[in-house]
Amino acid sequence: MDKQELIDIRADFPILSEKIYNKDLIYFDNGATTQKPRCVVEKIEQGYYHYNANIHRGVHFLSQKATEAHEAARTTVAEFLHTTKREEIIFTRGTTEAINLVATSFGEAFCKEGDEIIVSVMEHHSNIVPWQMLCERKGLKLRVIPMNEHGELDIKAYCELFNNRTRIVSIAHVSNVLGTVNPVAEIIRLAHEQNIPVLVDGAQAVPHIPVNVVELDADFYVFSGHKIYGPTGIGVLYGKEKWLNQIPPYQGGGEMISSVTFEKTIYNELPFKFEAGTPDYIGSTALAEALRYVQNIGLDIIAAHEHELLTYCTQRLMEIEGMRIIGTAKEKSAVISFLVRSIHPYDIGMLLDKLGIAVRTGHHCAQPLIDSLGIPGTVRASFAFYNTKEEIDVFITALKRVVIMLS
Amino acid sequence: MTINELQDNIIEEFSMFDDWMDKYSLLIDLGNSLEPLDEQHKKPQNIIEGCQSRVWLNAEMKDGLIMYSGESDAVLVKGIVSLLIQVLTAHTPDEIINTNLYFIEKIGLREHLSPTRSNGLLAMIKQMKLYALAFKAKNGPTTSKGE
Repeated sequence: MDKQELIDIRADFPILSEKIYNKDLIYFDNGATTQKPRCVVEKIEQGYYHYNANIHRGVHFLSQKATEAHEAARTTVAEFLHTTKREEIIFTRGTTEAINLVATSFGEAFCKEGDEIIVSVMEHHSNIVPWQMLCERKGLKLRVIPMNEHGELDIKAYCELFNNRTRIVSIAHVSNVLGTVNPVAEIIRLAHEQNIPVLVDGAQAVPHIPVNVVELDADFYVFSGHKIYGPTGIGVLYGKEKWLNQIPPYQGGGEMISSVTFEKTIYNELPFKFEAGTPDYIGSTALAEALRYVQNIGLDIIAAHEHELLTYCTQRLMEIEGMRIIGTAKEKSAVISFLVRSIHPYDIGMLLDKLGIAVRTGHHCAQPLIDSLGIPGTVRASFAFYNTKEEIDVFITALKRVVIMLS
Repeated sequence: MTINELQDNIIEEFSMFDDWMDKYSLLIDLGNSLEPLDEQHKKPQNIIEGCQSRVWLNAEMKDGLIMYSGESDAVLVKGIVSLLIQVLTAHTPDEIINTNLYFIEKIGLREHLSPTRSNGLLAMIKQMKLYALAFKAKNGPTTSKGE
């Protein structure tokens, strides 16, 4: 990405020219949510102004148009994940709802007392708690894959967790704290050798690396729209047809039925079986727009630029005495967690904020991971393709100033 | 001094700074000079968990007055803990229960009290008042100093 391209891209994101306390905003909290390009916001406006009508129901023109837009968005998502079966794409409210759906419905169909579920130590709470709730409901046990000191999963230990009670593996593609890109293809292959399906939490992966669910052979793959430049409140569950057909609906209501009598309800076919109620057709079309935007830039180009930012920032952070980078995996996405000496992350985050820099501090919704590292939390800078080396320079200068203040 | 006089003193002290840097430097100094909480008081019952930082708070009754002590793992939070202790300690339960803490907003540190900051401070203020209510219930009605 050359300088002019970067300038043009940044111009697509109005929020990036905001001033924070009279300073230029530097937004390094992309792991939490990304900013939205103009075309995504315009798509939302266009939807409400020009084709707002409830979908799949009305015979009238607007309803038809809205239905087509929602279903076209499904096709866009299917293509984005490289599956040819569009009915394998279920729209949810986000990653969290998608995991809850699988934990509940898969758990209902396939799990009974004494069974086990495998997750890893670096999971986000949204890939722990839904499984824990299933464990409590049905008397299951959670098994946890450990990691080494670089923040890489211990694959040997993972293999040893399998037994005849294992029912499913649920694992992050990319860690939101450490940035580690987990070897999901290998993790899936090893699980499939034991005939165990795998859910991949792709929330931190899809904005940064190309994902092909068919090549990965993932059984379920989930992500959130807002982390990939789309709107909040919309997300995706990809599920293999064979699994989605075998598990019961998550919620009941309109749209997900084929016929209802007080004696018996026949559920609709895929994907509608899992989309009870009026779906977020405005959100789905805006998400599709975001995916097109990302694909137009090119995920390879995005990955290369973000890798450059990651390398440059890591190298510049090391100039600071007492710097400790948390997560040094060989395969790493554009996330840097760090601590400086014994300074509390909250203090660093608060003072950086005063200098116009948005970073995340705390446990990043991954308390078990933070506890296992024996630290109070981290400061996390996470990048997007619209970030620049110049911003990193300003960030480093600010961080040095903050560290002096707090030492 | 009354609670409000103490609050006004702090407001005056902070009003000398235009720059946020100086304001935060003072807060950091206050945090660093807060007397560490006795290890015996760092027990689980005294922890107020925030999402990001934690606060320890201890309260004792001495001659009808409540003596607070506290600490936090984040120095900025510790600075505010120190200010809260300065303002509320050595007052009667009634004075504490009825007080309106306006100084934090006036010195421009309101953001630390936002529930989304999750640093335990909001819960700490609530806990300080709850201690006052508890001591009042235990010791019967007290009268304010000067009444």
